[in-house]
Amino acid sequence: MNCRAEVLEVSVEGRQVEEAMLAVLHTVLLHRSTGKFHYKKEGTYSIGTVGTQDVDCDFIDFAYVRVSSEELDRALRKAVGEFKDALRGSGSDGMGQISLEFYQKKKSRWPFSDECIPWELWTIKVNVVNLANEQERQICREKVGEKLCEKIINIVEVMNRHEYLPKMPTQSEVDNVFDTSLKDVQPYLYKISYQITDSLGTSVTTTMRRLIKDTLAL
Amino acid sequence: MDTDLSSQDRKDLDKFIKFFALKTVQVIVQARLGEKICTRSSSSPTGSDWFNLAIKDIPEVTHEAKKALAGQLPAVGRSMCVEISLKTSEGDSMELEIWCLEMNEKCDKEIKVSYTVYNRLSLLLKSLLAITRVTPAYRLSRKQGHEYVILYRIYFGEVQLSGLGEGFQTVRVGTVGTPVGTITLSCAYRINLAFMSTRAGEDNGAVYPSVEDSQEVCTTSFSTSPPSQCVFTVTKAHFQTPPPVVTDTLKVPVMGLAFSHQLSSSRLSYQPAALGVGSADMGYPVLFAGGLHAAHPHQLIGPGKEGGVPPIPSQPAHGTQADQERMCTPLDGVHYSAATPSSSEDTETVSNSSEGKCGSPHDLLETIFVRKVGAFVNKPINQVTMANLDIPFAMFAPKNVELEDNDPMVNPPDSPETESPLQGSLHSEGSSGSSTGNTHDDFVMIDFKPAFSKDDILPMDLGTFYREFQNPPQLSSLSIDIGAQSMAEDLDSLPEKLAVHEKNVKEFDAFVETLQ
Repeated sequence: MNCRAEVLEVSVEGRQVEEAMLAVLHTVLLHRSTGKFHYKKEGTYSIGTVGTQDVDCDFIDFAYVRVSSEELDRALRKAVGEFKDALRGSGSDGMGQISLEFYQKKKSRWPFSDECIPWELWTIKVNVVNLANEQERQICREKVGEKLCEKIINIVEVMNRHEYLPKMPTQSEVDNVFDTSLKDVQPYLYKISYQITDSLGTSVTTTMRRLIKDTLAL
Repeated sequence: MDTDLSSQDRKDLDKFIKFFALKTVQVIVQARLGEKICTRSSSSPTGSDWFNLAIKDIPEVTHEAKKALAGQLPAVGRSMCVEISLKTSEGDSMELEIWCLEMNEKCDKEIKVSYTVYNRLSLLLKSLLAITRVTPAYRLSRKQGHEYVILYRIYFGEVQLSGLGEGFQTVRVGTVGTPVGTITLSCAYRINLAFMSTRAGEDNGAVYPSVEDSQEVCTTSFSTSPPSQCVFTVTKAHFQTPPPVVTDTLKVPVMGLAFSHQLSSSRLSYQPAALGVGSADMGYPVLFAGGLHAAHPHQLIGPGKEGGVPPIPSQPAHGTQADQERMCTPLDGVHYSAATPSSSEDTETVSNSSEGKCGSPHDLLETIFVRKVGAFVNKPINQVTMANLDIPFAMFAPKNVELEDNDPMVNPPDSPETESPLQGSLHSEGSSGSSTGNTHDDFVMIDFKPAFSKDDILPMDLGTFYREFQNPPQLSSLSIDIGAQSMAEDLDSLPEKLAVHEKNVKEFDAFVETLQ
């Protein structure tokens, strides 16, 4: 199975990194989250309700919609925060990328560990710019807002192609497809990683793995 | 074609499309209310949330949408459209966007109705939530308030894009294939936000710079406004009629088909208490009361694997939604139904009585068109109607006045024609009617009255002195012609003068010696 890959590029000021990344990641996860499954007898299940809420950005003339789930928001903020700190770190030229990968787990027989098979990968390439004065910052606010609008439209266009999605799982397999650790919503299994490009142009790979309750490794 | 679709699937599909259309209208209208929307996720299915999304139902919006649909469904050649427009306090209006829910003939016979179509419609609604925040009208709607309001209109039939001006852009939200056709949801939005026709054809570039241009054109500025509320207005044609008829739908038979045109748009704006309308009269909390849609959504119950097990019919409705965050006092006249599987698609809670509780639309609309007379405007105080009469420097206002009737700043241009039933549109005519009036208001001649000067003390008062002082006659030597003439004469007479001076050298020397 081929993994569908989409790449988005944004140029932002340092203080805009967090909001821009959250806007994109939340928009993707809005489309890749469902309500909680409640399995019943005879293999049937019902689905909970996904709430949404508007988020206004402070440093960008932009607003976006995210899933109403504080747990999910916290997880994304944690990942984006680490990415932002890494971007600021020494040796960084202000360039990096953060990736959101959706995957399925495939059970393997002992002694092999479960295989993680990605089916969709979103990569956001970030270029941090330095601005000299307040006027440039004001222009940047508006321009980045416009760019993010374009990115949202791009994301929606990809989502509505209705390409491959994992099959709805049985109760025993739901944890191979969905992240069932959240109490209010159920996104597809995902992981976030990032790379920072240092000033020499080499990429320092830093992978941050999101804790999954049943990940085992030999 | 339809013979391949079972009757149950057909029934389900029609229901999905109907409620998808209603939810689409809710999402669009709520996104233009001007406030942030927040709904809660619920891990336990409530049995009332269509497409597993917490989208509240504003009863009046649902009512308007149903009136527009009039029992029909979007089909080929019959689109459901939501028009979003902006109306200033001066009466200028402008269409901002048209959201279109259309159906084309491309069918997907293999798709599973009760599962795949439902999930894809849910995904499309999520996309709509995202896209409604990125079009230019969203930012405008967040700033609506005293200077302008955002209106919506729902109509069914042919899409009318002519009101969007030149160079409008379109964005496709998404498509969902069904066995009877492909549902397409898209938005056409204006990028030329200038009111005046003189600016037509310009600014076909970026969207946001056009917003700035419109600020220059409009006489009012876009300012942050308090949170909006959903208020209903009565059309101009109904101004003289007493409330509480809030909305009016007129069926205009056109080419043998019946279309419902919403004449009065629900104005999505906030009326602050200073204008005499308190929030208690607004009806907005009332709008949410009993907002539960009793046409029960399907509890989507499917098998463990992808496939088609028919969904189990829904559960009885409850009075309030589990995720309702606003005041939820049920209204009198709101009907709740205990749904049964057979009747679930027909019974509804329609809080019709809430329409009568939306305050006094007539008064609200009148207060919207109050026009403050600014400083130094050449108007007598006593002819300003319904305005704030605290005019600065009133004593300096000239005594001779123009006819008040010709001044659009006092009397907003009436636009009964634009909102007549036969027009079916709220745009264009109103703005053209006011444009001629506004050109006269670009420059206002005033008499220069310096402070503390009076006419009866001196023949020449301070103002006259200022005028003459600031416009003195030009010095003759600075005149170019005179200067050029004297220069030529000087040059000609120079040798003679030198000869004379040479003769008088001794006298000059004696003079110099006296100085030393």
